[in-house]
Amino acid sequence: MAIAREAEPVGSLHEIREAGLDREDLLTIYRNMMLTRGIEERGHILYKQGKIPGSFYTGRGNEASSVGVATAMGPEDIGTPLHRDMGVHVTRGVEPWRIFAQYMGREDGPTRGRDGNVHMADAQLGLIAMVSHLPAMLPVAVGASLAFRIREEKRVAVAWYGEGASARGDTHEGMNLAGVRRLPVVFICDNNQWAYSTPTHLEYACETLADRAQAYGFDGVVVDGTDVLAVYRETKRAIEKARGGGGPTLIESMTLRMEGHAVHDDAFYVPKELFEEWARRDPIERFRSWLRENADMSDEEEDEIAAGVKRILGQAIERAEQSQLPDPSTVAERVFARPEDLDTPHHK
Amino acid sequence: MAELTYLQAISDGLRQEMRRDKRVFVIGEDVGVYGGAFKVTLGFQEEFGPWRVIDAPLSETAIVGGCTGAAIMGMRPVAEMQFADFVSCAWDHLVTVAAKQFYRVGTPIPIVVRLPSGGGFSGGPFHSQNPESSFAHIPGLKVVCPSTPEDAKGLLISAIEDPNPVLYFEHKHLYRRIKADVPEERYTTPFGKARVHREGEDVTVVTWGAMVYTATEAAQQLEGDGVSIEILDLRTLVPWDRDAVLESAKKTSKVLVLHEDTRTGGFGGEIAATIAEEVFEHLDAPIVRITAPDSPVPFSPPLEKAFIPRVDDVTKGIRELAEY
Repeated sequence: MAIAREAEPVGSLHEIREAGLDREDLLTIYRNMMLTRGIEERGHILYKQGKIPGSFYTGRGNEASSVGVATAMGPEDIGTPLHRDMGVHVTRGVEPWRIFAQYMGREDGPTRGRDGNVHMADAQLGLIAMVSHLPAMLPVAVGASLAFRIREEKRVAVAWYGEGASARGDTHEGMNLAGVRRLPVVFICDNNQWAYSTPTHLEYACETLADRAQAYGFDGVVVDGTDVLAVYRETKRAIEKARGGGGPTLIESMTLRMEGHAVHDDAFYVPKELFEEWARRDPIERFRSWLRENADMSDEEEDEIAAGVKRILGQAIERAEQSQLPDPSTVAERVFARPEDLDTPHHK
Repeated sequence: MAELTYLQAISDGLRQEMRRDKRVFVIGEDVGVYGGAFKVTLGFQEEFGPWRVIDAPLSETAIVGGCTGAAIMGMRPVAEMQFADFVSCAWDHLVTVAAKQFYRVGTPIPIVVRLPSGGGFSGGPFHSQNPESSFAHIPGLKVVCPSTPEDAKGLLISAIEDPNPVLYFEHKHLYRRIKADVPEERYTTPFGKARVHREGEDVTVVTWGAMVYTATEAAQQLEGDGVSIEILDLRTLVPWDRDAVLESAKKTSKVLVLHEDTRTGGFGGEIAATIAEEVFEHLDAPIVRITAPDSPVPFSPPLEKAFIPRVDDVTKGIRELAEY
């Protein structure tokens, strides 16, 4: 029997208004989900055209989860999104052309070609760049929340991980410290059911990962990760609880990774029926229907959003392709920071 | 000036920085109520409170990873590993996250990790190591190994000021044995500037940490033989003072590199290779390395004695060089 609470779906416009979103916010969420998927679809094409080196990862199926969580964050809150969380970068306002520049290893990407794919973040927007050792970002986010607690700031850190990363010790150490000190941090577990080719029953033996929260002294919630409004509402509650001194929450967001681990992987090991089942719950399609039924989204509005996203993507790719590749002579530069480099938003 | 032990000098530097700069905080196992396993932070929690002197769970990963997150948010964390050996549990956070974040995304990670290191007390394989070369190999990390009380304070303050992750190796055998005058005011000791511990003409000994004193004893013993030894204390390994080493090598033409860490892949190899590359024509003898053997640090006293380089090993090495 599960210990964690299961989140309720959001039924009506009235309910979501109570949770802090007006109709315009809802259309923005829809746009951000469309833009998130669009960036990854166009990126995949660029990859096939040989314009993106290395590998290419997408978060298809995770758009509601990433956009929903990021929408619930306050402007001063910070987060450590991972490789299925493009929607977080989009929602926080990273310009799409810089994301394409990042994909292509250009100077104008957030890592200036020093790192690739979704290994990026804009510190100005309150994001910390992930590393490939995914659960390593949990203690980092916990440390950020520790800084907020020491300075008695009303800010919250959001820490992402996946069900695969839940098996690593970093996850335990980060959550334990957060629980012991009741730190203002919210843990988001993107449970997309597959860690590369490894299914959930080979990653953990408890019923839900949210159940583990109780062992660390805080609450766990399971939410349908294809329902952007449910994700938003649960995250908002958790963030405000943390902001008010109520300590951490673990939110397990259930989705299916709708593509392979990366684009080289055809995910032959995922049963076809599972893909079909979850395709019927496509987060964007689901929210589109909800908006039409509950918020009177018109054909014109829908077309306008779709056309706007298409325009942004076209311009973004064009601009990214004009960005310079890094100068090879700079390969060993900026390994160490200088005192003037501390002039970041956080160190002022 | 006040006469302080090496340990007191570390405490003094840390306390001064914490009084001066509210961003500085300490986190580690037993650093609060207990004052740290070696009492470096004794009395700190009373002065600075439980949120600036943080008793952490037994979690090196969370301690160092947490410091990284706090540093990104503008703090200046100082983590204590109870023993340098335990930093292996935080490897990922130093090497994967902290060392690369600035290069990757331009985010400086100003953290200091204090590492009580070194043997000589039958601490055995897990309480005696000198893992500085492992970290010196990682681009993006700085490595500091003070040998005197004055440097212990000045280098710690520099480490806290530095915008990069700094591994601060404090040798346990120096904690209470070494005492000297230390300025009472705040000062910094620059990284990458070696210190001439003893001037000499015939043989250069390049070393750091507790081995500075082993080299000194050897030099004193050899005074009667008319061999004049120059001892260079590197103070920091990343960055290391190539110019000072190369100048001294050119002056004496004979170099012995001495460290307590094991031999293969030890930092002495890097020093020897650089001397051979840069000033080979000035050398009158092959470079000699005196190090611990390639084994774990043993527990039993006769074994540990055989492990850590002794004064006799150094005098023998110097004699051979002098006679070459």
